[in-house]
Amino acid sequence: MFGDYSLGDLGSIFVMQGFAGLILFSVYVLMALGLAIIFGQMGVINMAHGEFMILGAYVTWMTSNFFQTYLPSLFSGYFFLAMILAFVASGALGMLVEWVLIRHLYKRPLDTLLATWGLSLILQQAFRSVFGAREVGVDLPQWMLGSLHVSESIEVPINGVFVMCLTVLITVGVAYVMYKSRWGRQVRAVVQNRIMAGAVGINTEKVDRYTYGLGCGIAGIAGSAFTMIGSTGPTSGQLYIVDTFLVVVFGGAASLLGTIASAFSISQTQSTLEFFMSGSMAKVLTLLAVVGILMLRPQGLFALKVRK
Amino acid sequence: MSDEETKGLLSPLRRKLLMGIAAVPAITMLPRASFAQSPATSAINTTGLAVTDTEVTVGILHSATGTMAISETGSIEAEKLAIEQINAAGGVLGRKIKFIQEDGASDWPTFAEKAKKLLVNDKVAAIMGCWTSASRKAVLPVVEQYNGMLYYPTFYEGLEQSKNVIYTGQEATQQILAGLNWIAKEKGAKSFFFVGSDYIWPRTSNKIARKHVENVLKGKVVGEEYYPLGNTQFNSVINKIKLTKPDVIFTDVVGGSNVAFYKQLKAAGIDLSKQALLTISVTEDEIDGIGGENIAGAYACMKYFQSLDNANNKAFVPAFKKMWGEKTVIGDVTQAAYLGPWLWKLTVEKAGSFDVDKIAAASPGVEFKGAPEGYVRIHENHHLWSKTRVGRAKLDGQFELIYETADLVEPNPFPKGYQ
Repeated sequence: MFGDYSLGDLGSIFVMQGFAGLILFSVYVLMALGLAIIFGQMGVINMAHGEFMILGAYVTWMTSNFFQTYLPSLFSGYFFLAMILAFVASGALGMLVEWVLIRHLYKRPLDTLLATWGLSLILQQAFRSVFGAREVGVDLPQWMLGSLHVSESIEVPINGVFVMCLTVLITVGVAYVMYKSRWGRQVRAVVQNRIMAGAVGINTEKVDRYTYGLGCGIAGIAGSAFTMIGSTGPTSGQLYIVDTFLVVVFGGAASLLGTIASAFSISQTQSTLEFFMSGSMAKVLTLLAVVGILMLRPQGLFALKVRK
Repeated sequence: MSDEETKGLLSPLRRKLLMGIAAVPAITMLPRASFAQSPATSAINTTGLAVTDTEVTVGILHSATGTMAISETGSIEAEKLAIEQINAAGGVLGRKIKFIQEDGASDWPTFAEKAKKLLVNDKVAAIMGCWTSASRKAVLPVVEQYNGMLYYPTFYEGLEQSKNVIYTGQEATQQILAGLNWIAKEKGAKSFFFVGSDYIWPRTSNKIARKHVENVLKGKVVGEEYYPLGNTQFNSVINKIKLTKPDVIFTDVVGGSNVAFYKQLKAAGIDLSKQALLTISVTEDEIDGIGGENIAGAYACMKYFQSLDNANNKAFVPAFKKMWGEKTVIGDVTQAAYLGPWLWKLTVEKAGSFDVDKIAAASPGVEFKGAPEGYVRIHENHHLWSKTRVGRAKLDGQFELIYETADLVEPNPFPKGYQ
């Protein structure tokens, strides 16, 4: 298939394909980060993760409408405010959900699967009732559209660069909070031994609530960012949930580094395979590889060393 | 009585309508006058359908919840509008149409179950419904077993024909061939790149398109790619498109993937005003989600666009917006769904009976001159004769009509040489 092309052509295609892989990597990391906290740290199987993302997307849509109507002069910068609002909205809903639903289930982690799945159905129907069954189109400021023209045949999508920067920023933020801050230590203490953590004076309920809220808030930011590359509709969250769990489980549930490594390997495998075969086959082979590796290494790529 | 009906009665619009009718005695006189002349129920309903001296019940069966609600909402709206208009014009054989709405919930077994409920318990005279091929395939054995009548609105892959179904959308050859001919002639296109979602409709459509490109247009298909439903990352296939530089990108990507595909195409610097793209899966409904700026310049091959300039459509669009809101858009399938109740009414009147066997027999040749798309006629194979049109997407999310076939295109669900 490469016979007819010059070396220059091929070179630029490989550069762009590499870049496509990097974008996919950022997208995977961004959508998995929130879940890595909720599932990885707290052990809650949050099936409603996608819906928290879509809440962020709808907040972005509403913000964009608000700016278009009332503050058109500031429209070019609305997206940053939208992401903050998305974080706040999803995070607040997350804390509410934790208080109403999740906190009763910490002793029965498998039941969280059903509870949050039900929650995701409820949220989907709520979106449908509030925003309508049709997808909404989020208008983006002009500067976020199109591509950077690097050379004659290399074009770098601006939204891809944006997602990459955002991912780096949030990953660094999360890593800092989880591993360097006092609060992160408390979170890990609660996860490892709830009773003991309570005994040394940690307010475990509060830690749980904020941790869940943080995970959901990050999902909201991811949803907000994905309005640039995907659809915003009541059921769009379903498009992400499988890949998200795949990344987190493959990486090793309790490890942030594992999440990143697994997002990297899955995205690179997938985008390389996609180039040589059709999209569906690429997906099948990627999934097969993941299943195969998980059979050999059930704990995922990176696992915390714990004494059992 | 389903929830939907109660809601319908309580809605402000319906209330206003009832008040309006109550306030103008002349209007209430008209249908009464026609009731007086209407034929006896026993004569026009020999099979025990839900027909009384004043009412006839039909079923609406679409997904109001679940993934497919995005697409099927428009169809539900169009069918309700058609029913309301038919009632305002005196009903069918002097009987008002009452509808029972059931929710298929985007789940194919549910569709079959609800179809059975409509036919067996409610004894509906006809069902307006289904959207995806999968839901139709689930309902088909039910309507055949219980001898119901289904009016199916979506353009689909063909390869089906039933006494109990009227297909008001296009089958694949009707939708694709004229569009490919046009783009080959107009753009001198020789090389095509196919991108589709991975299920039966895109695969069958692309198979037909490939045969046509290779055998008739003497062109070349330089790539054919499928992505799983719901896929949101298209950067790799976009790179392949850049590598192969096709004259035309031919797409049948559906659902949420559509949005991702066009956004990423735009972000990758593919300018649709220079790169020809022909889609058979994007209507005004989808553009709402995609965003006009992401798809402006693309060509779509359909039989109806909201912007069509004819007298029927000029009455239809404002009526639809009045009922469902100024911001709603009307896509190809929505219009096809609107045809269902009207074609059924015309067929019943032609047959002089609500009996399904008589309707099935009377269907071929029924013509609807008030169709928003212009004029349609039912073929012997229960599909519609209709024109194929190519439109170009504009920034505002509407299509500009570029080309239409001079004559109605014959439906051909089992195309020879294309299988």
